[in-house]
Amino acid sequence: MGALTKAQMADRLFEELGLNKREAKEIVELFFDQILMVLERNEQVKISGFGNFDLRDKRERPGRNPKTGEEIPITARRVVTFHPGQKLKARVEAYAGPESD
Amino acid sequence: MTKSELIERITANHSQLASKDVELAVKEMLEHMSWTLSSGARIEIRGFGSFALHYRVPRIGRNPKTGKAVGLMGKYVPHFKPGKKLRDLVNRSLDDTSLPDDI
Repeated sequence: MGALTKAQMADRLFEELGLNKREAKEIVELFFDQILMVLERNEQVKISGFGNFDLRDKRERPGRNPKTGEEIPITARRVVTFHPGQKLKARVEAYAGPESD
Repeated sequence: MTKSELIERITANHSQLASKDVELAVKEMLEHMSWTLSSGARIEIRGFGSFALHYRVPRIGRNPKTGKAVGLMGKYVPHFKPGKKLRDLVNRSLDDTSLPDDI
């Protein structure tokens, strides 16, 4: 099965909720854009039933160029982490893995 | 920001749809995403990031209260990898807030 994309999410809103195609596309865009904007303001996003997007500040740490072995510091940065909620975790745990032929 | 605040923000930025419709749409999207992951497929949102399953190998765990060993089966857990745009936006916000107020 292929990966789920914004286009498929919009199609589903069109099919299941009867939004017109333009509205459906706009809603999907807004959904991800608004989450992005809030994270950009350094604010946590909590989607009950799905999970939380948190922000973590990382200090500078020593790193290495894997090709040359040369030491280069990894600069201090802010990163997004996702913590799935109980409901999503429980649903995913029920997945038995790819079927073998 | 909570889910209901997200619904408010989407409604405020959308000219036509009522908040009730936006609420239904958000729930449908989250269900679509959860269903996709629980069926073993990935989610790929350009710029935002991708969700995929990671496998956790079977291991012997311990009941923290009794100390008794319990066999834990292998399982899948959801994993999110932020996209380049999200990584850059968030990291840039660090630069902004870490700037000294006065020099």
